[in-house]
Amino acid sequence: MGKDIRQVYTDTLLELAQTDDTICVLESDLMMATGTKAFKEAYPDRFFDVGVAEANMVGIASGLSSEGKIPFAASFGTFASRRTFDQFFLSANYARLNVKLVGTDPGITAQFNGGTHMPFEDVGMMRLIPDLVIIEPCDTVSCAALVRLAAKHQGSVYIRLHRKGSQTLYDERQQFELGRGQVLRDGTDVTLIASGFVMVPEALKAADLLKEEGIRAAVLDMHTIKPLDEELVLSFAQKTGAVVTCENHQVTGGLGGAVAELLGEQLPTLMGRIGSQDKFGQVGTLDYLLEAYQLRAEDIAEKARRILAKNS
Amino acid sequence: MNQEQLQELERIARDVRRLTLQSIARLGIGHVGGAMSIAEVLTYLYFDHMHIDPEHPRMDDRDRLVLSKGHAGPVLYSILAKKGFFRLDWLDTLNVGGTNLPSHCDRNLTPGIDMTTGSLGQGLSAALGIALALRLDKRNSRVFAVIGDGESQEGQNWEAAMSASHFKAGNLIAFTDNNHLQIDGSICEIMEIEVLEDKWRSFGWHTQKINGHDFSQIEAAVHLAESVSERPSMIILDTVKGKGCTFAEGQVASHNMPVSREQLDQALAALEEN
Ligand SMILES: Cc1ncc(C[n+]2csc(CCOP(=O)(O)OP(=O)(O)O)c2C)c(N)n1
Ligand SMILES: [Mg+2]
Repeated sequence: MGKDIRQVYTDTLLELAQTDDTICVLESDLMMATGTKAFKEAYPDRFFDVGVAEANMVGIASGLSSEGKIPFAASFGTFASRRTFDQFFLSANYARLNVKLVGTDPGITAQFNGGTHMPFEDVGMMRLIPDLVIIEPCDTVSCAALVRLAAKHQGSVYIRLHRKGSQTLYDERQQFELGRGQVLRDGTDVTLIASGFVMVPEALKAADLLKEEGIRAAVLDMHTIKPLDEELVLSFAQKTGAVVTCENHQVTGGLGGAVAELLGEQLPTLMGRIGSQDKFGQVGTLDYLLEAYQLRAEDIAEKARRILAKNS
Repeated sequence: MNQEQLQELERIARDVRRLTLQSIARLGIGHVGGAMSIAEVLTYLYFDHMHIDPEHPRMDDRDRLVLSKGHAGPVLYSILAKKGFFRLDWLDTLNVGGTNLPSHCDRNLTPGIDMTTGSLGQGLSAALGIALALRLDKRNSRVFAVIGDGESQEGQNWEAAMSASHFKAGNLIAFTDNNHLQIDGSICEIMEIEVLEDKWRSFGWHTQKINGHDFSQIEAAVHLAESVSERPSMIILDTVKGKGCTFAEGQVASHNMPVSREQLDQALAALEEN
């Protein structure tokens, strides 16, 4: 088994902190969940656990940033987004500071914590903040690379971080750029645009299912949801004439919304959106929730078939 | 409270602990620590004090309870099941997909749950709103709220504290489960909240501090709180996280912990002996 994604996050911060003494880590009583204890042990003076007080955490992070520090502040995605939205919007972003906000347990991965802890709206909220960068790594390699890029980026970043479990989809040497999606599989009939640990593999599986039927599906990993890689989306929409977005999030506001807005304005293309259809979260296992919100490869493949049927 | 009543409540609390541990162990993971530490206060309220009717969970003149530390839902579910709000075998469905008993309290899913909670810091404000509505409706019902000590770090509690005394919410009685632990460690090491009594008092609340596992003290404190008019009351419960559960008592790791069959059997055996 490879490293948990959260351990990749912490290890990358430790690595950055070695040569950059402005890197700080903030937690709000979820250090044990995010897994940043190793950072606390290595750099106790640059680690701040503020207790159960997310809004205060983001306010403090903003102040640290105004004095040139690079704070990484984490909580569960629900609280990182909804609880701190005004602080993050104003103290961090409107003030043009440099706060890296981390929301863990995206969408259904909140599992047994249920509806109160299941962020289906964080990306949508964050997309409304001007100039904010939003990233969602899908594996260990992209997580390390994107966290490094987030640290380097001058400006605030929202990192939608998967926590438990490991998967490696990329070669160690793969290069990444903020705002540049990756083509995981080329295709000519339909484009599956996915983000995150749960949905990128489902999209790849869906492409396999479609291949058996002679449908050649392209798969894009849209690890940066904002700014959206417009060039890539437009070129694949042009080439395939059909698009399905796949996100572990509401279909409005996030990846699906971003792609629909772009295509609607610039290249009207038949598309479908896989994600929570205006539903709140609930408790359950990952498998139960994948089915409940119709996020499985079969659901993606079915959506693609329907669009193609409309197209022909 | 006489000796007989005391023993009866203690017996019920033991059974509540048993049911709670069994329901959590069925899935193999859950919020053991913060559930165990409030077994006594909830047992006292639901079995000896609150005006409630399991047949009519939304009865207008019932007393209300907001479990602001919503992750302790499982212990309240055991109590509600034992009271007859729903069938005991619902407890086997804790956190199973499609359940009526999710990890955090949900007023729309579970009969007897008065408020949806789980995002810490929101419950006390909601409890105050309920208290104000009951006053508007000229009802004598009381509103109880339970918050965690880690939860007390959320600023919203102190906004609620200020407004509850400003609005003279004498029908609001809150408890702090002062079990001295939160997820990342002990309260004093992560984010000190002391002196808690002084804080609540300075916000205009009638304040008491008692042993939260002692039924006689709980009863006396609730009665005293109810005799105070025009002021909200805070009863700080000095408790032990994981209380009464062999593998959890006093452990930071008991917050949300895996529970094996062996651990369950061992804990239930120890409960029997008590
Ligand atoms: C707003 C919010 N932030 C974080 C969490 C995650 N969380 C759940 S319980 C908990 C610790 C609470 O400590 P305490 O109130 O002392 O609970 P207890 O010891 O009674 O279990 C945290 C941080 C949450 N549920 N809500
Ligand atoms: Mg506590």
